[in-house]
Amino acid sequence: MIDRLTEHRGLDSFDIRYVAVILAILGIGVLSIYSVTHGQKSGMAPYYLKQLIWIGLGAAAFLVMWASDYHYLARFAYPAYVFILLMLVFVLFEGRTSKGAQRWIALGPFSFQPSEFAKLVLVLVLAHYYSKAPRVGWLQRVIVPGLLVLPGLLLILKQPDLGSGLSFVAVYAAMLLMVGVRSQALGFILLFSIMLFPFAWEGVWGSLHDYQRQRIMAFVDPGYDPGGKGYHALQSKIAIGSGELLGKGLYGGTQSQLKFLPEGHTDFVFAVFAEEWGFLGVLVLLTLFVGLIWLSLEIASKAKDQLGALLAVGIVAMLCFCVVVNIGMTAGMFPIVGIPLPLLSYGGSATIMTMAALGLLLNVKRKRLSLFY
Amino acid sequence: MATVQYPEAEFGDLHRRLFILRVGLLLVVALLGLRLWHLQIREGPYYRDLSENNRTRLVLLEPARGLIYDRHGVLLANNVPSFSLYVTLEDVKDREALIQQLSDLLGFDPILVRKKMTAKGSKLLPRKIKDRMTLRDAMLVESNRLDMPGVMIQVESQRNYPGGVTAAHLLGYVGEISADQLEKPEFIDLHQGSIVGQYGVEKSYDRHMRGMAGQKNVEVDALGHEKKAVVVERPQAGNDLYLTIDVRLQKVAEDLLGGEYGAIVALDPNSGDILAMASRPGFDPNVLSRELTAKQWVEIVQDEGRPLNNRASQGQYPPGSTFKIPMAVAALETKTMSPSSTVFCNGGYQFGKRLYHDWKASGHGYVDLHNALVQSCDVYFYTIGQRMGIDVMAEFGKDFGLGKATGVELPSERAGIMPSTTWKQKAKKEQWLPGETISAAIGQGYVTVTPLQMASLVGTVANNGVSYRPRLVQAVMDRTSGNLQELPAVPRGKINAKPETFRVIKDALADVVTRGTATRAKSSMVTIAGKTGTAQVAALRTGPEENIPKKFRDHAWFVAFAPVESPKIAVAVLAEHMGHGGAAAAPLAKEVIETYMKLAPQVPAVTSDLSGVNRSERSAKDS
Repeated sequence: MIDRLTEHRGLDSFDIRYVAVILAILGIGVLSIYSVTHGQKSGMAPYYLKQLIWIGLGAAAFLVMWASDYHYLARFAYPAYVFILLMLVFVLFEGRTSKGAQRWIALGPFSFQPSEFAKLVLVLVLAHYYSKAPRVGWLQRVIVPGLLVLPGLLLILKQPDLGSGLSFVAVYAAMLLMVGVRSQALGFILLFSIMLFPFAWEGVWGSLHDYQRQRIMAFVDPGYDPGGKGYHALQSKIAIGSGELLGKGLYGGTQSQLKFLPEGHTDFVFAVFAEEWGFLGVLVLLTLFVGLIWLSLEIASKAKDQLGALLAVGIVAMLCFCVVVNIGMTAGMFPIVGIPLPLLSYGGSATIMTMAALGLLLNVKRKRLSLFY
Repeated sequence: MATVQYPEAEFGDLHRRLFILRVGLLLVVALLGLRLWHLQIREGPYYRDLSENNRTRLVLLEPARGLIYDRHGVLLANNVPSFSLYVTLEDVKDREALIQQLSDLLGFDPILVRKKMTAKGSKLLPRKIKDRMTLRDAMLVESNRLDMPGVMIQVESQRNYPGGVTAAHLLGYVGEISADQLEKPEFIDLHQGSIVGQYGVEKSYDRHMRGMAGQKNVEVDALGHEKKAVVVERPQAGNDLYLTIDVRLQKVAEDLLGGEYGAIVALDPNSGDILAMASRPGFDPNVLSRELTAKQWVEIVQDEGRPLNNRASQGQYPPGSTFKIPMAVAALETKTMSPSSTVFCNGGYQFGKRLYHDWKASGHGYVDLHNALVQSCDVYFYTIGQRMGIDVMAEFGKDFGLGKATGVELPSERAGIMPSTTWKQKAKKEQWLPGETISAAIGQGYVTVTPLQMASLVGTVANNGVSYRPRLVQAVMDRTSGNLQELPAVPRGKINAKPETFRVIKDALADVVTRGTATRAKSSMVTIAGKTGTAQVAALRTGPEENIPKKFRDHAWFVAFAPVESPKIAVAVLAEHMGHGGAAAAPLAKEVIETYMKLAPQVPAVTSDLSGVNRSERSAKDS
């Protein structure tokens, strides 16, 4: 049931630091989107305005999640998962194709990306599964949840959307680790190898021939680098590197302003920011992200029950994964897989989903406080 | 609550794991930070350079070539905008398809286009495929540009000669710098594709006229579209030339030659200024300044009339009887003859076993120097030639500038030959034969001259031995400073001869026109003095002139100056295969002289009053 705010001193749980960090990151995102698209001369509404609308909708989702009760939501985890799987199937047949991948469902003038929401639903599903009963034994701890993840994962990889697929695996691994597997080391290795994949990748990837890379990437993500020759990766590295310590200033990013850097407002928004604000700006942004993750993990560790803790960990893992992989790929440490940077990249589905997830996190905190009254 | 509570131990374990997770995340973020530090701080300058190179291109700004005017400021060469088609191979998706498109759309020759596209060169730099396109074709390309990536139309400056064929040999033409030229030090600051003068004053004054290329930094976007341009260095326009020719006289001279092959040179004996220099057949420098197809080029080069040859400065002909002028000077100066001493002419001169004929088989009887010149008596000159010997003749011939280039500002000027014993030893590795002296005495045999040399020679006589280097350029307008730099006449020295000698010879030359071999040059307007000549082409001749095929007929010469009292113009006419000089060449010289005399009142103004005219020309061109 939806709790009444007065009953649980809800407003006290509305962590100001937490919200401030989120707003700061969102602000940086809008600024960068504004900078890179301000010169566009299309009849459409400017990207930064549309992003502000998404943020508004995201804020609504955040508040709804914060005001609800995650125990109540968890009960709808399986039906929601079934529903999202159906949407993923629908996308495969009826979805809108863009840049070689079929990921979107058209909703009037907008399109909506079920795979983004699938990530959040998966967190809910796994948290619900593990907290429902003491899952003991190898089969119950690893295999059954694995089977739960599998249909969603396969459908997403089929789109193809390598980035979201990897996030799925990351969420699964993080959950597994938190409930504990027989060999803890294995769990950590699994999680961190996914996190550290970017760093390992350079060695492996760098040793391949061009045509081998092309083949591999064409297999896993046909939308990758249509011009070939590592153009995106190189232009992104040039954008970030040329920002140097202080950056080139707002609108000063020649790489993005002159369109050498593609997708400057979506997947490569970090490169735009890094070019215009330099290493100092990057440090500020990384600090904000670390702060957000820190506060989230704080919530996880102080959750009143396992469901809350697992929910929080799952959401943190999902966010972390996207941040690390996105920045890693723009910095040329990882092949370009098409993962947006949470809270910064332009995009409705991702923004709303991320803010909803953060709202849910805050709900976990609120419920903990409510225990004492 | 539906949630099952776990034993405390298990929940505590979660905290421990969360701690490990935190540490791990911090590590990963630290790695990210390290990577970004590496990119932005350690390699920042490197990437900044890359980003600068990414967005800026250095583009050369071609300078406007200097203009050419005649002595009165009539425009002879300027620059007009022209459309050229460039292709950047890097941006071309399907080369063959593009060749097909260009051929369908504009009728370009597919073979030619393919050749240009496959030629060596950078794929990133636009290469010129076609120039001088019509506005219509250029528009057609522009409107289809989206279908033809890599194709672009560039407006360029194209050399234009409003007079067409007029003065073509003097002006010359321009063309893209050749690979050989690029390696020469004089073209050090030029680059592939630069336009340089290839002939005429365009070539000899190229350094003055080509100007200096400028540069601009262009900021381009990822598609190569120009976003912003910063001019780093403005191009410096080339300097303008003011020629000595009067284009009206030039046109008259060219028209007089008409369809015949030959040359007419008119100059001012008091300065060496060339007033007109016609050579026929000619060519259209507008055509040659464009890119020619191989076929067009072969056609021009293999043309029997050799239209690219400037017969006035590059054509070498036996001077025939016109050579009797320096011979007469030599005879008087060496005291081989006095003006009054005579030679008996019976129509031939026996030397050894050979009889050298006079042109008049019946002979001229007793002739003195005056009559020998007036009647062009060959025997008289055989005699004095024999008495003086070839080396004395050569000395005087050289004093008059024969056997060496005049130094006119035209490329590939020929020197002709003034033979001597040492010359023959050097050139032929043979001894001089006495009989050859006799042929040389009437301007045959080894002696060859250019019409320009002959005009200069007769001008020197007119000027009583004072001579100037023939010149074509009288002033250069410096476009940067705006100063008109007038070039002084170049004295070439004085022939060491008594004034009396020149008086005698000029009297005789005046009589050549009044009652001698060149009565057809007699003018009611002005007194003219001159000398006819007939240069033998084939040594053996049988039957009357009309029966000889034209290409074996003699060349007709006439050299003249006027007015006799105070010479203002010296003329040399050479008409190839036109027979006797008196009949074929003399009337042409008369026309040129009369035309010049009619124009003369406007002559004095040289360049000082031109600045106004030219300024307006320039601003019209610059705008």
